[in-house]
Amino acid sequence: MAFLEISALRKRFGAVEILKGIDLSLDKGGFLVLVGPSGCGKSTLLNTIAGLESISSGTISVDGDPINDLHPSKRDIAMVFQSYALYPNMTVAQNMAFGMEMRGVPKAERDKAVADVAQTLQITPLLARRPSQLSGGQRQRVAMGRALVRQPRVFLFDEPLSNLDAKLRVDMRIEIKRLHQATGTTIVYVTHDQIEAMTLATRIAVLKDGELQQVGSPYEVYNTPANLFVADFMGSPSMNLLQGTITRDGGAPQIVLPRKDHPPLVLEAPPGADASRLLDGAKVIFGIRPEAVNDPDSIDKNARSVATFDANVEIVEPAGSDTFVVTHIAGKEVTARMRADTDVRPGKNHKFAFNLDKALLFDPATTKRI
Amino acid sequence: MSAADAISVRAVREPTRSPVVARIVIYGLLLFFAAIYLLPLIVMVMTSLKPLPEITGGNMFAPPHDLTFAAWAEAWGTTCVGLTCEGIKGYFWNSIKMVVPAVLISTLLGALNGYVLTKWRFPGHKLVFGLMLFSCFIPFQSVLIPMAVILGKLGAIGVALQDATGFTFGFGNPTVNLVIVHVVYGLGFTTLFFRNYYEAFPTELIKAAQIDGAGFFQIFRRILIPNSGPIFIVTVIYQFTNIWNDFLFGSTFAAGDQSPMTVALNNVVNTSTGVIEYNVNMAAAIIAAGPTLFVYVVAGRYFVRGLMAGAVKG
Repeated sequence: MAFLEISALRKRFGAVEILKGIDLSLDKGGFLVLVGPSGCGKSTLLNTIAGLESISSGTISVDGDPINDLHPSKRDIAMVFQSYALYPNMTVAQNMAFGMEMRGVPKAERDKAVADVAQTLQITPLLARRPSQLSGGQRQRVAMGRALVRQPRVFLFDEPLSNLDAKLRVDMRIEIKRLHQATGTTIVYVTHDQIEAMTLATRIAVLKDGELQQVGSPYEVYNTPANLFVADFMGSPSMNLLQGTITRDGGAPQIVLPRKDHPPLVLEAPPGADASRLLDGAKVIFGIRPEAVNDPDSIDKNARSVATFDANVEIVEPAGSDTFVVTHIAGKEVTARMRADTDVRPGKNHKFAFNLDKALLFDPATTKRI
Repeated sequence: MSAADAISVRAVREPTRSPVVARIVIYGLLLFFAAIYLLPLIVMVMTSLKPLPEITGGNMFAPPHDLTFAAWAEAWGTTCVGLTCEGIKGYFWNSIKMVVPAVLISTLLGALNGYVLTKWRFPGHKLVFGLMLFSCFIPFQSVLIPMAVILGKLGAIGVALQDATGFTFGFGNPTVNLVIVHVVYGLGFTTLFFRNYYEAFPTELIKAAQIDGAGFFQIFRRILIPNSGPIFIVTVIYQFTNIWNDFLFGSTFAAGDQSPMTVALNNVVNTSTGVIEYNVNMAAAIIAAGPTLFVYVVAGRYFVRGLMAGAVKG
């Protein structure tokens, strides 16, 4: 049995069901990231683990003990809030020691624990200050210190980086990852930022409208998304999704992408998709990530299946490390991720290549991956 | 230079002479109205410092010729309030003994109500708050008789306790009665103040404290109260001023030497025998107004700050 087990969890607010039967598990020392758009129920799920929201049915257990009926303070968890939720009337040291004080830990022991954690997080010089005297990054660090100091079984993070500016966010992300690797704690982390999810997680759970869409390693979720929603949500810029039809004229199934001013693009079925059972004329959605669209010279040399075509360049977005090139196929925008020094100009025709090894097919009716 | 620039330059230059005039008008008006508002207080202070013949024979606005504090001493220690002639000092302490507990109890209960109504919501919390808000609009006069009935019952309990144990435990004591009346009447206002303040108080702090293991009262005492400075000052000033200045409840529910200051002042001023000692009356009135003025001068700037605190979340 996994360390953290959530099974058949449902949460209703009146007639509205927020969580519709969630099954999740996480091994000890794992880093589970709950990701999804606003209102998908990810924060509610975290709050039910914390005990700040009651559940309508199901169980939550940690290390084999059901905890879903326990008071938050009895669950042996710690939570880092989006707004940090530091007590403004207390110093940093008092903030960090408050939980232990409430549990009746002797003062000497509290002071030692605070000093140790402060050392780890490099906040020792801040211990006597009040939260109002700290910068955003320092507050974030103190909030993590307050969670760490009690050595709980599970850490919960509720969008902890969303109040920080972009640069600090990247720094703190690395810090959290380092902390996780150094301490081996079990973490459940909520975010709407899919880059945070990809970089931090050992396991990602993608939620939408209170239902789990996919649970897996960052690699699985990114490369083999279970459905169109996950494919579209994970990755930035998001996956190119084009409508096409299957043709079996040549025997093996091929995908036809209609184009306006060009003859239609006929592609081999991607090796990653099981197209053998698709009938002639079946509608499919062809998905390919921007990094698998490139100019023919730069496409992966080991790719088994490559398709090239000409298209009119609409927009060029130099991002420093890469250049994003936007064109149109089948009435849909297609973004390609090219080398920074690629010579492309908007309005000109350019040769593009699809690395079909990385392409996926989806069923438009069920939205599931084929 | 374009035409638009020329227009804007003229528009700026034109009124350079008039701001001086505007300033003079503004400050002149301010000084005029300040003088009008201060005049009664100035006349009171001057009158209280004059001997009686100078008042009856002289000009009300003239500064004191023979400066004397005798009227203050008389008002405090020897003037007649009703039938007893021991000054107003006893009544001043009556008021203090009534106001301090009434303010503290009503403020703390208001804070507790605000805490529950915002952070521990229960079904029907809106109705409860609505009813408490409604109590702010009930006129004093309409509660006099029901209140008298209840206080009469409490008095009966006091008598029974006196017979049984030798102590009344405060039941039936006029000061205790007034404290009860003012707490009940003030609760609507204090609840309103604290509820609105705590509405903007971050709920995540409460959640964090719950996870840290703090209970209902620990969160109240350790997290909420230390962060409620401004609203405490607002509520204390408001309640102190209202309760200290109350005349109706004081004159209805406390009699004789148990009366609060306001009732005693009335008895000093409305005497029907002898010469009217204006200097003593003025001194007594200033003493009666003293504590509320003192509270406002000391904490007034927090009052304005506190009223603003809920408006802009910062």
